Amino acid sequence: MTIKILFFAQTRELLNCGQLEWPLTDAVSLSELKKLLMAQGEQWKSVLKTDLLCAINQTLVNQTSNTTEQQINPGDEVAFFPPVTGG
Amino acid sequence: MKWHFSLLLLVVKMNSKMQHDITISVQENDFSVAELYQSLTENDRLNGAVANFVGRVRASNNSSDLDTISSLSLEHYPGMTEKSLFKIAEDAKTRWPLGKIIIVHRVGKMFAGDQIVFVGVTSPHRKVAFKACEYIMDILKTQAPFWKKETSSNGEQWVDAKQTDNDAALKWL
Repeated sequence: MTIKILFFAQTRELLNCGQLEWPLTDAVSLSELKKLLMAQGEQWKSVLKTDLLCAINQTLVNQTSNTTEQQINPGDEVAFFPPVTGG
Repeated sequence: MKWHFSLLLLVVKMNSKMQHDITISVQENDFSVAELYQSLTENDRLNGAVANFVGRVRASNNSSDLDTISSLSLEHYPGMTEKSLFKIAEDAKTRWPLGKIIIVHRVGKMFAGDQIVFVGVTSPHRKVAFKACEYIMDILKTQAPFWKKETSSNGEQWVDAKQTDNDAALKWL
């Protein structure tokens, strides 16, 4: 099983990556997934440690709750992006 | 049996009405405010108030002419964007008695003076219409996945999120 990970805007440009298929057999927490991604290199570490927003299955993760414990399951779609600037 | 049948019909009717009252569009093309106003008001004689907001591309972010924005590129998260706008409209409907809501947001390349976003709501009375329109824009600004990249005399630059936008959204919590 895998999860689909998407990156948008400046985050996509800095990582030079728009989409990843990431192997995942068991559920992980959002913070664990971030750690796994950051282990890919210095650039990943420096980009992902910034104040990014995250969406799981196209729903924004509420930043005021305990987001690091949010579970990600095989088959999910996860996205990381900078604060939004539409309108 | 007959009673069950009419009840079923009523439920179906209510569902289609709920969908019909909210229109969301994420598009590259420009929009006509006159046509959207027409869609908001046609066949409706109950909602006496219509509030619209239109956002446009600014030519500059400050008073200096050195930083003139020549164009703007808008990126979004297809799928999530539409869901997010629909949810914002649904939330507005749970807060106030509203008739129709239309949200149109453009993506792609735009130039100074171009229209970017349209929010239109109808309601029996003006205060609710004004409030709902403001609410939708405030939440859209901080939750809908759009990102602006400006091209100016200084080159290309992603637009930073503003604390004033966050504060505006927080006041509705």
